[in-house]
Amino acid sequence: MNKWEENWQKTRKQVGWVALKDATPETYQKLGFKCGLEVHQQLDTKKKLFCRCATGIYHDFDNYDAEIVRHMRPTLSELGEYDGTALMEFKTKKQIIYRIKNDSACTYEVDDTPPFLFNEEALSHAMQIALLLKMNIVGELHITRKQYLDGSIPTGFQRTTILGIEGEIPISNKKIRIIQFSIEEDSCREVSDIRHTRIYYTDRLGMPLCETVTYPDMLTPLEAAEAGQYIRFLARSSGKARTGIGAARQDVNVSVTGGTRVEIKGVAHIKWIPKLTHNEAFRQKALLDIKQKLNKLIPEPAKWNTSWIELHADKWKHIPILKRVAKEGWKLVAINLPAFKNILSFFTQPGKCFADELSDRLKVIACLEKPNMFHSEELNPAINEEDWQKINDLLKSKAKDAQILLWTPVEDLKTAVETISERCQLAWEGVPNETRKSLSNGTTVFERVLPGPDRMYPDTDSAPIPITDEVIESARKLLPVDLQDRLKQLKKWNVPQDAYTYILRNNLMPVIEQMSAGFDLSPKFLALLYAHTLKSMQGSGPLPFGNDRIVDLLKFIKKRSLAIDILPEMLKILFRNPNMTFSSILDVIGYKQAEVIEIYDNVSTLIMMFSKFKLKKVARPGAEADWIMGRLHKLALGNVPLKEVRTKVEAAIAAEVKHA
Amino acid sequence: MLDIFKGYKGRALEVLKSFQARVWGDTTVETTRGKFQGIILPRSENDDDKHIVIKLITGYNVGIDVDTILEMKETGYKEAHYKIPEREFPFTEGLPKVKLFGTGGTIASRLDYRTGAVIPAFSPGELYGAVPELADICNLDTEKLFAVFSENMGPEQYKKLAISIGEEIKKGIDGIIIGHGTDTMHHTAAAMSYMLQNLPVPVIMVGSQRSSDRPSSDAALNLMHAAKAAGHSDIAEVMVNMFGPTSDEYALLHQGTRVRKMHSSYRSTFRTIGDTPIAMVTRDEIIPIKTDYNKRRTDCKVDVYPYFEERVAIAYYYPNMHPDIIDALTDNGYKGIVIAGTGLGHINKPLYPAIRRAVEKGVHIYMTVQTLWGFVHMFVYDTGRDLMSMGIVPGENLLPEVAYIKLGWVLGQTTDPEEVKRLMLTPVAGDITDGEPYNGYLIFQGGIPEVEEFIRKYHK
Repeated sequence: MNKWEENWQKTRKQVGWVALKDATPETYQKLGFKCGLEVHQQLDTKKKLFCRCATGIYHDFDNYDAEIVRHMRPTLSELGEYDGTALMEFKTKKQIIYRIKNDSACTYEVDDTPPFLFNEEALSHAMQIALLLKMNIVGELHITRKQYLDGSIPTGFQRTTILGIEGEIPISNKKIRIIQFSIEEDSCREVSDIRHTRIYYTDRLGMPLCETVTYPDMLTPLEAAEAGQYIRFLARSSGKARTGIGAARQDVNVSVTGGTRVEIKGVAHIKWIPKLTHNEAFRQKALLDIKQKLNKLIPEPAKWNTSWIELHADKWKHIPILKRVAKEGWKLVAINLPAFKNILSFFTQPGKCFADELSDRLKVIACLEKPNMFHSEELNPAINEEDWQKINDLLKSKAKDAQILLWTPVEDLKTAVETISERCQLAWEGVPNETRKSLSNGTTVFERVLPGPDRMYPDTDSAPIPITDEVIESARKLLPVDLQDRLKQLKKWNVPQDAYTYILRNNLMPVIEQMSAGFDLSPKFLALLYAHTLKSMQGSGPLPFGNDRIVDLLKFIKKRSLAIDILPEMLKILFRNPNMTFSSILDVIGYKQAEVIEIYDNVSTLIMMFSKFKLKKVARPGAEADWIMGRLHKLALGNVPLKEVRTKVEAAIAAEVKHA
Repeated sequence: MLDIFKGYKGRALEVLKSFQARVWGDTTVETTRGKFQGIILPRSENDDDKHIVIKLITGYNVGIDVDTILEMKETGYKEAHYKIPEREFPFTEGLPKVKLFGTGGTIASRLDYRTGAVIPAFSPGELYGAVPELADICNLDTEKLFAVFSENMGPEQYKKLAISIGEEIKKGIDGIIIGHGTDTMHHTAAAMSYMLQNLPVPVIMVGSQRSSDRPSSDAALNLMHAAKAAGHSDIAEVMVNMFGPTSDEYALLHQGTRVRKMHSSYRSTFRTIGDTPIAMVTRDEIIPIKTDYNKRRTDCKVDVYPYFEERVAIAYYYPNMHPDIIDALTDNGYKGIVIAGTGLGHINKPLYPAIRRAVEKGVHIYMTVQTLWGFVHMFVYDTGRDLMSMGIVPGENLLPEVAYIKLGWVLGQTTDPEEVKRLMLTPVAGDITDGEPYNGYLIFQGGIPEVEEFIRKYHK
């Protein structure tokens, strides 16, 4: 372990980091953890929100008809200033390329046509969800433009509108308040983002989304996940939300005492939320500790400044990565960070230290692909002490300083050096306002500066849309059963908890109710049929048939007066052969119609055989009944309920024992 | 109406008054649908009187149905004042002097974020604040001539604009830019082509298809291209400078007499019809496509012909057109009619008497084609020959709108039929060409494999 790793471990301890599994509510209380959610859910409409293109058509990224190029320019805010995000995005000077396929995008998507009329189907779908969230519904929709300069929307803004404000949802121990519920257009899918070129695909762009924004009422990572799950199930219960990969995405806002709201964007799975928010809370705590340390060392950050020199790339070719620098004619730059010793290797996240905050920004703002720098406190150093000493000498560094070595094409040199300096300056303030990208390992990377409040303005291309009381009342009549009541219902049915997610995620409650009533089956049996039998068959893929096919199968079973035990067996075959007729499935199973008498006739013979083959040696209780049931299974399946057969068999065995 | 109720009328105004609520007031509104809190915004005059608009703290606007309102209470007041920041346009020795004339189009504008009203940026300081790159291209001066929407540009404005440009040229400017709404830009471009002849410097018309309050606007790049073309190109013609492709890549310089807006909303809406554009423009260079243009000179001399007869009309022919349409023009004292005829330049027989009557009364009638591409050829069919014998003059390959402008300009100078005809058929600035180049008519048909291959390969 080198001394920097020691420092990393030491600072991790100082920050008080513990693993998620070892954290308690007190851990978060001490941090002052607060979390709010922005849950996005695609609405299941045929067409997009502001044009008539079809929804849900996704392509491989290389399958496109045309490309267009755009650049985003910041526009002035109300106060005549450029928004922080805007400036950063402009600094990055990205060339944005949009890929278009005719079946999923028209001229609207690429901002060559003003919006068409607002999609009524999306409005009626969203209304259902808004009412379930108990929102105050607005009197008139005003389409608003929300600026995004990353290029994810070719206009440079997202058209969005508030349908309701101030709602609430219950979670197990409290109520979570909802700030607002809006309808908006979905953004492009990112194909790649390398150096100064970012490529987007426009197929998803413009699909209607609803967004539910909560207050920061969640005080632990688990509460955050629970609220996320509830909002998701609630949207699903309406039957109006789209399902499938990417249909639901969350942005998660986290802050701790003394920290700042940081937005973790695009969390694809709710189960990722606990780890991400947990780590983010400690990252903020770490940055606050660094802030404290720096302020003690240098109370006036304005007097702090970096200095840098250019090195001769030719002289550094012995370091593998730097070979390329000389070859490409890039600039090799050493930067001195006064008094930053032990800060670069300061813990921030599992496996990451403060220097990663610098490297992340170099990638995003100066467009330098990683690895884009070395620093003097590497946990796994690529540059030996001797070389660092050389750099220190050239920079005339003092003992308490730290150093960065970065390489960049000449056109990005200025931005790169400024970026390092800016991020270091921000360390005096603690936690910068940022949106961060979530990684599947539970850590995050810098994405961009959090946009200011002045990025909303009215869409001059669309007229307000009135929402009358009649519209609301007629939507109310179509509302599904409240999710709270559904949870109670599941409990009453004795359905085990592990089955809830599957049932609610797939909005199966109405289906189960219908089947239960129509075929006189217990809801629990049906719930487990779905959440256990079918779920284990399908794995991560979709079911190859719809609920209607299962209803048909139930009808068939009823018509043929088959015992219901045969249903799971038949489903197994149906899953593999979705188009097979039900009678053929019976043949495959080997079902033969048999009278009850015919089945039970075999019992006494089987009891005798069990004795004869001395199988009785097996001492396990019930072994004899099991063996006999095994022989009878095929014959009985579908003819008599297997449970009933077993009761008879056990009775016969008992009688035999008694007789003997 | 009081300013504190800006834009509200009828029922909504009554409700505001009854609760003594006002625009810009931070207000709590109790309604049958729950509580709303926000700043009351002015309402657009054309919107209904059933809703009050508020801006929520989150920045979103929502409307509240006035019939659901139970109570309104002002808790604060925040009036918005919006101004475009100005920064002095820096003078750089060695860069060309360019003058930008404003006509009222919003080539550069900012949005009032609260009300959504568009505020035009126009002074050099404002433009520099919005598009600082302009200072690297030229030394810019601006003058606002009118504040009219493009559709309200007419003879008065054409004349004034031509005279103003003429004066500026005589003072020694290196290039002219005209900021203009895009809808009628090609009419004004044609008018300037006739009114300003023998130009020594470029006269560049420019606009934007997406207003500059949006990050994806074409305005900034259009302005940069225009400044580049006006200050640095050697093409002393009246030209329209707008996007070549819809991508942010390059502009095309279109001859003012051969250009037309061809799409209601695309960025690359302007196309040269029946010829090729004169040049391509990027931020760094001007790449000529044609070579036979009028070259830049240093003599500061220009011929200005600020004439226009207003009583001229375009009649767009359609099957079953009735003669009373032509009669109405004649009876109302129109002095010239440009017909946009079918095919090679045709109209139906029932119109003949009306045409004869018009010509007898001294109306000058010129034929153009509504196919836009191609020449009028009136010798091919009897109809054409009949029409010519009645006095309709074939307008070669003048575009209908260009012929209209030209006829107005000619009739502003003379009414002698022979002189009118001579002026009309004398080519000016490429309005009538000797022939049509093979690549003057290229309308690719989507779906055809080679076209699709082309589209996939080059940015649209």
